[in-house]
Order: sequence, then structure tokens, then C-alpha cells
Amino acid sequence: MELISPGDWVKQKVQSVQDYALLSVRSVVNLFTGPRYFADMTQQADLIGFGSLPIVLAACFFTGAALALNSATTLKRFGALTLIGQLVSIGIIRELGPVLAGLVVAGRNASGMASELGSMIVTEQIDAMRALGTDPTKKLVTPRVVATVIMLFFLTILGDFLGLIGGNVVSSVLLGLDSRSYWSSAWQTLVFSDVFMGLAKPVVFGFIVATIGCYYGLSTRGGTQGVGRATTEAVVAAMILIIAVDVFVTQFLMIALGV
Amino acid sequence: MATPTLPIEYKTATLERPSGDAVVFENVELAFERKVVLDGISFRLTHGETKAIFGVAGSGKSTILKLALGLLKPDSGRIVVLGEDITQMSEDQLFELRRRVGIVFQESALFDSLTVRENVAFRLLEEGKVPEDEIEERVREALSFVELEHTVDMLPSELSGGMRRRVAIARTIITHPEVLLYDSPTGGLDPVTSNTIIELVVKQRDVYKISSLLVTHRLQDAFTMGTHYFDRAENKMKPLPPHARTTVPMCFLILRDGHIIFDGDLKSLRDTKDEYIREYIS
Repeated sequence: MELISPGDWVKQKVQSVQDYALLSVRSVVNLFTGPRYFADMTQQADLIGFGSLPIVLAACFFTGAALALNSATTLKRFGALTLIGQLVSIGIIRELGPVLAGLVVAGRNASGMASELGSMIVTEQIDAMRALGTDPTKKLVTPRVVATVIMLFFLTILGDFLGLIGGNVVSSVLLGLDSRSYWSSAWQTLVFSDVFMGLAKPVVFGFIVATIGCYYGLSTRGGTQGVGRATTEAVVAAMILIIAVDVFVTQFLMIALGV
Repeated sequence: MATPTLPIEYKTATLERPSGDAVVFENVELAFERKVVLDGISFRLTHGETKAIFGVAGSGKSTILKLALGLLKPDSGRIVVLGEDITQMSEDQLFELRRRVGIVFQESALFDSLTVRENVAFRLLEEGKVPEDEIEERVREALSFVELEHTVDMLPSELSGGMRRRVAIARTIITHPEVLLYDSPTGGLDPVTSNTIIELVVKQRDVYKISSLLVTHRLQDAFTMGTHYFDRAENKMKPLPPHARTTVPMCFLILRDGHIIFDGDLKSLRDTKDEYIREYIS
């Protein structure tokens, strides 16, 4: 491995952040300038949304069930087992649903985007696209960003619902609680800020997943080995960013919504 | 001495060439990180001319093609393509110019998820201005030029290496560009297929008067181009009589360590006294 000076290393990192920021801005600006690739957006929505549906639903269902199990032990001590619906509801809708859906989609799709675009880079297909008069950020990046943002939003809603069902299964089957009271407490505890927070996060996470996947794909260097490296780096970066950004988004929304 | 008589087809090709420069490089410099790839490169490609670019691997041959198309920007110097200074142009402005300049990439660079029809029609489909029946007609016409009409519904993965190069040529010529850039179009191909590709390049030069930059490792390809013409009546490439070879619109450029060490025609290349070049072409 080639050794580089700390100064060059810092320059490379700053350059990467700058390139990523420019790509992210372009992916949004492209929405307001033609041409728009609706067919590509639909195709990507199908690949990203329906392709990720089973794993997002499974992950949220079992997380909701595990959350109910873990909460039950504590709530029992205080004789407040009937509050389990509230706890699962708040936990899933405000935090776990969006983050889990984001992580699952990142694992599945950031890697897919990075490897697909990376392969196109090493086989000169991106250069060919530019040579044929097509802007790759319009044709490849923006449709992926739009599709991921929209589909992650809906995946999160479905994931939240499955998470609540998971909690309900545990509370009624294992803990013997009344199902109607579970749903009633889960529903009544939710306020606007909870739902807003739970639905704003997937929009941010979807943007992160798609832009990171595309950025690493388009930055691929060094043949097939480079494609593998870009794929791994894209998944790691997307997951870390989702978890880190979640903290800031939560704090920001709490202040903005006065929670 | 009287000008040697040329075959009719070739004579027509020479007479109809427009004057002026198709591509001009003026003192172009480019470095990747700290490695200087091109150092003060200057040359001209006149209209209707084909210039073969030679050099060892890593000497910057393909980089010259990417610079000529604006896919890369030089660190300094000036590049003029079809009368427009592309060094100061934005990507959006370059998209318009690229309609008049085509490139055939080293590994064809066909879009592997699209059929041959979609690959060849890519630019027309993207522009969305041409009616579908006209697109179909032009795709057939371009594929017929490279004699691959039967592959129209196939995927690139179903084609051989030589067929992929020919489809790439069809994709490039569908918009009738004024300048063509070939990046090692015969690299890795068997001699028979290479000859087919070179015949297509010669056909472009002699029938359509296209100006071309051709990067190649195969000296014999460039020499074939310098000693042959395309006979339209017989639809095949034929050797020129020895006395007519000097008038072929073909010249040679050799790169070494980021510099041009030779830029001239076939005769000057054969007569050169430079030891390195003599060794290179021997």
C-alpha cells in the first residue's frame, strides 16, 4: 500500500467531502432542469422499494417483538405492563422504524448502486454516456435519489406498522395482554411530533443512502478490485452516516417541534 | 512530375475534403496527481485526415482522445475542436459539441443492460426529437454499415469482441459525426477481425471524409490505412498503387514520455533517422 503524507491525506478527504457535496447538490438541482428520467425513477423505485420490502418488514417485525419483550421485564416491576403498547409505539415510530429501514436499505441498495455505477466506470460506460451527450448525474444519480427517498418513506410506514404488530404478538401471545388495549394505548400515545419525526427521518436517510451509493460508485478507481472496495466503503459510510445523522436530526426536530 | 493517377473512388474522397483544422492541440499539459502524462503537446488534425497515434503503454494516447472530447480537462494549454475552444467550455456546452464528435472506446463501452438496438440508438432516444420509425431506420442503416443488422435484438454479452467493436462504431456514426476518435479499436482482436475494423475506419475516411484520431498499438493497422483506400463500387478496401500512397490523408504521431517525438506522413516515418522511432517501427 502506498504511503501518503498527512497533508495529502487531509487534502484527499477534503476533496472527497467537496465532491460528495457537489454530487448531492447536483442530484437535487437536476430535478428542476430537464431531461427528467421518469422511467428510470420507476425502475429504481421497483428495485429499491419492492426489492427491500420483505427484509424491512421482517427486521421491523422482530425488532418490535424484541422491544416488547425487553420492555415487559421493566414495566412488570412497576406494575405498568399495560403501557407496553405506548413504549413500543414511541420506540418504533420515532426511532427504530426509520433507522432500521434506513440501515436495511443502505445494506442492500447503497452496495448495489456503488457496484453498478463502479462497474460502469471501470468499463468506460460512464465516459461513453457523457460522450453520447447524456449527463450521468441526471440519468443515473437523480432517479436513484428520488426513488430511494420516496420508497424509504413508504417502507418506513410499513415497517412501523409491522413493528407494532410484532409488539402486539408478544404482548398478547406471551404476556397475555388484551390486543385491543395494546392498540388503543399505542395509538393514543402518539402525537403529531412523534409521527412527523418518524416520517422526516426516512427522507434524510434515503437521500444519504442514494447519494453515498452513487458517490462511491462514481469515484471507483482501479478495476474490479476498486468496485469491490467502493461497494464495501459505500455500505459502511451509509450506515455510519445514518446512525450519526440520526442524532442530529432528532435533536434538530425536537428543538423545531418544541418537544 | 505529374501527380500519380488515383483510383476513382479515392480521388473523389481526396477532392471533397473540406479545408481547415478539425482538432488543434496547443501546448497541452496534463498530470495525474504528480505524474506528468502530457507535457507541451501540440498538433493539428486537418479535416478529412486520419492521424494514427502511437506510443508505449501509459504514454498518454487515450488521454489525448479524452481531452479532445472534453472528458478530461488539461492543466494548461488550449484544445480547439471544430473551431471551438473546448478548454473553457462547461459540461453542458460540451454535450452539444459531442454530437459532432464520436468516440469508439477501447473495450467498446456498450451499455450491457441495453440491447444492440438501444445501444446504437442511445443518443437519438435520449434526445427524444427523432420519430421512432426514423430511429429504427437509422439504427438499421448504422448496423448495416458495420454488417451487423442481425444482432439488433441481442445483448452486448451475446456478441464477440469484434462484433462489440463494430456495434460501438455503429453507435458512434449514427449521428454522422464530423470527427471520430478511435481508442485501440483493434486491441485484443484476431488479425482477420482487426482487418474488418480497419476496413470500417478506412471506409469512414474515404467514403464519408471523416477526420479521425486513431490510437493503436498495432503498427500494421496504421500502415494498412496508409496504403489502402476504400473502393465503394466493390464495397471493400483495396491496396493503393505505390506511387499514390503519399496522397493518402493519413499521418502518424508518436508519443514518448509525454512529448511528441514524431508527427508526419508515412514517407517521413519510413525515412526517419531517429533511433527510437526506427526501433519502434521495425
